[in-house]
Amino acid sequence: MAGIEVSALHKRYPDGTVAVEHVDLSIGDGELFVMLGPSGCGKTTTLRAIAGLERQTSGDIRIGDTLVNDLPPAERDIAMVFQFYALYPHLKTRDNLAFPLRAEGLPKHEVRQRVEEAARLMRLGPLLDRRPRQLSGGEQQRVALARALVRRPRAFLMDEPLTNLDAELRADMRTEIKHLQGELGATMVYVTHDQVEAMSLGHRIAILNKGRVEQVGTPLEVYDRPASLFCAAFIGSPPMNLIEVEVADGELRGQGGLVLTPPPGLPRDRPLVAGVRPEALEVTAPGADRSVPARVVSAEWLGDEIIYVVDHSGGRDVRVRMPPTVRFAADAKVGLRHTGGTPAVYDVRTEELVA
Amino acid sequence: MAVSVDEAVSAGPAPDHPSPARRVRRRGRGRSVLEVVLLTALAVVMLFPVLWMIETSIKENRDVYAVPAEFFGFTVTLDHFRDVFVGADGGRSALSVAFLNSVVVAGVSTVLATVLGVPAAWAYSRFTLKAKKDQLFFVLSTRFMPPVVVVVPIFLMYRQAGLIDTKLGLILIYAAFNVPFTIWMMKGFVDEVPAEYEDAAMLDGYSRLQAFWKFTLPLLVPGIAATAVFALIFSWNEFVFAIFLTSSDEVRTAPPAIAGLIGGTTVDWGLVAAASVVFALPVLVFAYLVRRHLVAGVTLGAVRR
Ligand SMILES: Nc1ncnc2c1ncn2[C@@H]1O[C@H](COP(=O)(O)OP(=O)(O)OP(=O)(O)O)[C@@H](O)[C@H]1O
Ligand SMILES: [Mg+2]
Repeated sequence: MAGIEVSALHKRYPDGTVAVEHVDLSIGDGELFVMLGPSGCGKTTTLRAIAGLERQTSGDIRIGDTLVNDLPPAERDIAMVFQFYALYPHLKTRDNLAFPLRAEGLPKHEVRQRVEEAARLMRLGPLLDRRPRQLSGGEQQRVALARALVRRPRAFLMDEPLTNLDAELRADMRTEIKHLQGELGATMVYVTHDQVEAMSLGHRIAILNKGRVEQVGTPLEVYDRPASLFCAAFIGSPPMNLIEVEVADGELRGQGGLVLTPPPGLPRDRPLVAGVRPEALEVTAPGADRSVPARVVSAEWLGDEIIYVVDHSGGRDVRVRMPPTVRFAADAKVGLRHTGGTPAVYDVRTEELVA
Repeated sequence: MAVSVDEAVSAGPAPDHPSPARRVRRRGRGRSVLEVVLLTALAVVMLFPVLWMIETSIKENRDVYAVPAEFFGFTVTLDHFRDVFVGADGGRSALSVAFLNSVVVAGVSTVLATVLGVPAAWAYSRFTLKAKKDQLFFVLSTRFMPPVVVVVPIFLMYRQAGLIDTKLGLILIYAAFNVPFTIWMMKGFVDEVPAEYEDAAMLDGYSRLQAFWKFTLPLLVPGIAATAVFALIFSWNEFVFAIFLTSSDEVRTAPPAIAGLIGGTTVDWGLVAAASVVFALPVLVFAYLVRRHLVAGVTLGAVRR
């Protein structure tokens, strides 16, 4: 296993599309690193550049201590799992697994031993003699994972490997991948546009937007203090409420009169926006302590929680996450108050976190 | 609750309404009668000339000219077929030489077009290129004009290059006409084969070309077969270039050679018909042999992954 260093990566396709503007990543040995971002932000391109399937226009890629810029994919010693599983259709599971090993020229008994080991790890025993088309999507994906495992590569690259599976199976496979990664201590770069997947899998998450890295951090950091307005709007479902605020009398006052605890070191001379998670707000009975008058616009019952959309005098509508026991009818007059700690505050012009 | 409602509806007697299934079946039968009639009519119209050609090829010359024409009960003879292959002096006939030329020219030009076109199609499918669409359009544009339009300039160029009245000349021009076609057809087939196979193979230790050769190419065989048959049929049937660019019996291909049989003071229709039958057979046999690939190839694009 080895770490991966990507510095100043830039990729421009021959047709002029700039897929990756500027990406720096430092992925530790044995880390499960997730790249998250909307469609077209350059995740796949970055991953393919690391794999050597795409030659970067400029920038350096190191795997372990080796500068791999000019190495063909075959010599980079990494395995990749694709969204479309890419199992060879004419080969049985057994041979699909053995394939990369035979390509390497390993002796027969070693090949057999490694195939069995990978099959045991991914519980493929009964599937070994089937061809890909006789396997379900989930099974195919397990074979694809096992195929990546047998080589014992220096790092694993995964490009949205679970996208084609249904929700339940996806959750199972997520657990499985996480478990496997921990067990093997494997360096893994995992690309997804599903934030739940990113949050539950990643040791660290990089959020990409338009070919740039917006933020790198642990799932908690990314959730609690999104580094930019883009991240704030991207992470969380529903996402953060962005409330225009002013600093006044040592308080942070939102447009609708909502009072927030100000973080230290706020600049005073610029328009600011506070990012407030839906769970950091509370819908109360009208006139409750520290609350501002508000009205319920709509409510979404999700079973384990209710998302209220609340309109408070003049401010933008905000979303509030409440336990299912607290019920207000639509149009009810209520109170709204902030219960969380200090919010993240952004400069409206630079769109970056200021405090 | 929903179940019981459904049951009530289906259990209720409805004697004067035929069940939907019956109605569909009856309409189906009506349509199939019409279909059979139309298809039969079409088949007769399409097949009559072929049938007539085959009949003429096995009739004595006097029966060929018989009025009214005889469909049955004439004397069958294979003399015309013998004349196709054996010359008047007992040696090889000019026609048999022409057939051999056709086989060589059509075969080699098809192989050439395939060998050049398939890798090109792969490249166009897999790689991002500058102005790819324009390039592809340019490639296709060489097929916009009918051969007649370019035959004179090509004749002049060939005269300079010493390619007039050579098999090589015909092979080159047919290949040139078939390469664009091959590229376009094959690009569609290559697009259908996921690039991930090659990516995976490259990560497994193969070079890009090896990955293409070992993984993509085998999956392209049906497409290649379909494309090659079309290219072959084009080269086999081609008439305009053949008649302009070749003149001697040693080089001429079958289409101008057969056409050359017509136009003397007397026309040996039996020989013409027999030569045409022989000419039509190879393509039929070839298409029959690869019919599975042809169907797979032609319908491949319609199947969703
Ligand atoms: N081969 C290519 N040639 C030209 N442009 C490309 C090519 N591959 C990708 N692009 C473009 O580069 C940009 C980034 O693509 P990329 O596939 O890296 O996005 P992504 O983040 O993986 O998106 P998704 O979540 O949809 O997979 C897109 O605008 C895309 O259209
Ligand atoms: Mg992608």
